[in-house]
Amino acid sequence: MAVPYAQKMAESQKEISISDFFSKNRQILGFDNPSKALLVSVKEAVDNSLDACEEAGILPSIHVKLEKVDNKDRYIMTVRDNGPGIVKKQIPHVFGRLLYGSRFHSIRQSRGQQGIGISSVVLYSQLTTGKAAVITSRIGEEYPCYRIEVHINTKTNRPQIESSEVILWDQPHGTEIIVELEGRYQKNKKQSVFEYLRSTAIVNPHVEITFQEPDGGISTFRRVVEVLPQPAKESKPHPHGIEVGILKNMLKYTEARKMTSFLTNEFTRVSPRGAREILEKANIPEKKVPKYLSLEDTQTLFDVIQSMKFMSPPTDCLSPIGDLLIRKGLRKEIDSKFAYTVTRDPSVFRGTPFQIEAGIVYGGDLPQGEPVKVLRYANRVPLLYQQGGCAITHAIERINWRPYGLEQRGGKGIPVGPAVILVHIASTNVPFTSESKEAVADVDEILDEVGRALMDCGRRMRSHINKKKKLKKVSEKYDIIKEILPDIARKSASILGRDEPPLDPIITKIMNVHVFDSGIVFREKGEGESREKVTEVTIKYQNYTQKERTFRVHVKIPNALIQGIYPEKYTLKKNIIEWEIGPVAPARSQRMGFSVLGLDKDDYDEVEIYYSKLPGEVIGADPL
Amino acid sequence: MAKAKIFKGNKEARLRLRGVAEYVYSQLKEQEIPHLEVSSRTKNNIVLSRDHKVWKYGKDKVTRSAKDLGGATSILRSLYTIDFIDEMIRAGKSSTLREMYYISEGWNRGKFPSQDESNRLAEDLEIITKCMREDFKLRPEEDGARVIGDLTIEETNRKGDRKKINCKDDVGDSGYGIPYNVEAEKLKFKSVNADMIIAIETGGMFDRLAENGFDESHRAILVHLKGQPARSTRRFIKRLHQHSKLPVVIFTDGDPWSYRIFASVAYGAIKTAHISEYLSTPEAIYLGITPSDIINYELPSDKLTDQDVNALKSELSDPRFSSDRWRSEIKLQLKIRKKSEQQALAKYGLDYVTDTYLPEKLAELNIV
Repeated sequence: MAVPYAQKMAESQKEISISDFFSKNRQILGFDNPSKALLVSVKEAVDNSLDACEEAGILPSIHVKLEKVDNKDRYIMTVRDNGPGIVKKQIPHVFGRLLYGSRFHSIRQSRGQQGIGISSVVLYSQLTTGKAAVITSRIGEEYPCYRIEVHINTKTNRPQIESSEVILWDQPHGTEIIVELEGRYQKNKKQSVFEYLRSTAIVNPHVEITFQEPDGGISTFRRVVEVLPQPAKESKPHPHGIEVGILKNMLKYTEARKMTSFLTNEFTRVSPRGAREILEKANIPEKKVPKYLSLEDTQTLFDVIQSMKFMSPPTDCLSPIGDLLIRKGLRKEIDSKFAYTVTRDPSVFRGTPFQIEAGIVYGGDLPQGEPVKVLRYANRVPLLYQQGGCAITHAIERINWRPYGLEQRGGKGIPVGPAVILVHIASTNVPFTSESKEAVADVDEILDEVGRALMDCGRRMRSHINKKKKLKKVSEKYDIIKEILPDIARKSASILGRDEPPLDPIITKIMNVHVFDSGIVFREKGEGESREKVTEVTIKYQNYTQKERTFRVHVKIPNALIQGIYPEKYTLKKNIIEWEIGPVAPARSQRMGFSVLGLDKDDYDEVEIYYSKLPGEVIGADPL
Repeated sequence: MAKAKIFKGNKEARLRLRGVAEYVYSQLKEQEIPHLEVSSRTKNNIVLSRDHKVWKYGKDKVTRSAKDLGGATSILRSLYTIDFIDEMIRAGKSSTLREMYYISEGWNRGKFPSQDESNRLAEDLEIITKCMREDFKLRPEEDGARVIGDLTIEETNRKGDRKKINCKDDVGDSGYGIPYNVEAEKLKFKSVNADMIIAIETGGMFDRLAENGFDESHRAILVHLKGQPARSTRRFIKRLHQHSKLPVVIFTDGDPWSYRIFASVAYGAIKTAHISEYLSTPEAIYLGITPSDIINYELPSDKLTDQDVNALKSELSDPRFSSDRWRSEIKLQLKIRKKSEQQALAKYGLDYVTDTYLPEKLAELNIV
């Protein structure tokens, strides 16, 4: 009797290892071409280091080095951190086994989400150069430092240790990975290692990165904040954040013995009352043992859960960067005149919490007449590829930017002007369009939140631009009264051989405006313990009108200790100083000011001035 | 409209320029913000004067006030320029507009950012003072173009000697060069032995007519326009026409831009509408290339560009082209969407233009 064909087929049907699969489909993880592969490798290593440091409460200092291998399109990549290190037993698994990590099962915001990252770099290196990865790690000063060379067995997805030795290391703790891989280094491109590190430094101002390029040049991205971001808490899934397959698995593996406790223990936002209501609607006994729930009942349970309302998931599992820190990060890496950032309140899509932060910088040396640069981030990781396919980009394109002061063809598309737009999405589960995690999917809730955040930034940018325009007008008038008008008088008098006429009355006629000017000076007083941070604010009012003026000035003050308010005639209300000013004669001025204690440099960087009872055109302040 | 008077002579110019300084000075004395009023030099402020049959500025004025940066700068520039001209006239010198642009380096905030600005300011001062730039001793970089024909002029050369020149016998192949000043004190017409004046757009066609001896065979005075003609070229044609009463025909390419060249010779240009009656020759007649010529002579042609079409459309609403002849020609061109150059006539050989085209067209226009 002939052998059934299925049996023949069975001989060649076998499990394909993940490593094997990857080696044949490298583009899925982003290793499509040599230049992208190099960038992705650095990115995975750095992301890993940052996550490890932050989890251990260490301010990250990361060193990245790229060396070209002579006569080949190969680079040796070294990434070293000052993190907690990895215990010897785990080193081969972390670096030599795909889908092995500590974060795969938890619901929490983190950079890496699948644990496929760093081992895929090792695999890529192995595939392109045949070399093993060299891992050096030490978990503390009292412990030995191990240097281990690892290969991945692609058939079994298991690490293969080539050598292991104890060495002397000048670092008390940390991890270093060295791999040799095929790649191409491009410096001045939007998608380059340098841009990636710079973008990372912007949203991680607590990180210090040094980067040694193949040509030997060293760049340092300074740390400007000495505080770690708040660690995100782990959280259970929200009933709306799961799919039926996940529910099935949860039922199978839960330790709960009754359906009620299963629902209250395994999910967030399900109360005992809620659990009873679910089960009643699904017609499932409360005491039913979860693992014995039939497939049909599981589907019914799932449908009932989806149809019911629950409180939004808790959002303390998110770790936003904070608008102030983003501003500091932007300020240090991009030279500009204006920076505004906003952190939205957390929001939810399909049971998954997320939070949007956005920032705009404008002016300075940023190029005119070019599309604005867009910096996209997901969980503090820069997204460098697939800009066009990303929800963040789509949200930007949907906004009509022209009222906010940027050019935009037809009121659609990426705006044009001297600006940089930054958007960060923090979420326990960022909805990416693909496994290579390069673009955020178009989820309505996300599009809307990004839109709101950007419009908020846009409004601030518009008022900044308007203020700038007005100030320009004033500076033009200064030009007229200080240089041109006196020259007109001189020249006309000399042509006619007569005396120069007096100009003061004409000067106030030409200006006919009230001008407010403000200055902020930051300095540190004293030494050591008694060191004090002082932000000094001065405001100058100039009366360039033809009448004497008496009016009120209101200035918004930061939430900090305020000292030395002058002049004396003021009242302090909540977060506002209100001065009675005047009378100020034509062509005269009046100074006001105060000091703020304890704030860092740039914490208070724009004085908001309001006035009342002042008729005519006012520059540098808004009506109350 | 009353006949606008133009004041002549350096002395008068000097007096009137000082008047501008006086005006600014008195405003300062009165504690007023200094300002100057100038006719608005835009297409909307151009009217066809019935007296002169030429373009004149309308009633719209723009005020250059020291209230804003542009106005203040322009007043200051005017004063520096007036002082500069005053000194030149006293010293008996002249300068080019370009030289003035460079001299303005030392004028503090009155410095010209580009040469266009110095040209514009000179025109401003012409309008304000009702004098001519030539009397300010300012001349353009490029002087007029060339003339060939049996015409004898007397030019006062730079040494002050009067010199008689016959534009047929006393010149080389390139003809007589028109100087920047063609007023009577500089240039006199002694004798004219011709039946017509032909102004030609391109140098190539001018040389073709000269080489073929058209000036002698048809008793014509050939004037090269050199594209959009310089002020002195237009003034030269005007004076020659007034002196000789000969018909003036304009021979250009067959496209909307060339029609504008004709219009500026005949009616004046927007920028110089304040002196149109000095520069324009309303009796001038357009000879060709016309759109009908493109069809009748089956001339090689190019397709009209979008700009060409727009220019033609705007000419349809331009009063200078309101005659039946012009309107039907422009409409025809918009229909056939073609344009041809003068030199396209070479399709039929080098002598065709002088042996056939011009004689036919001149007869058609009742000139020969």
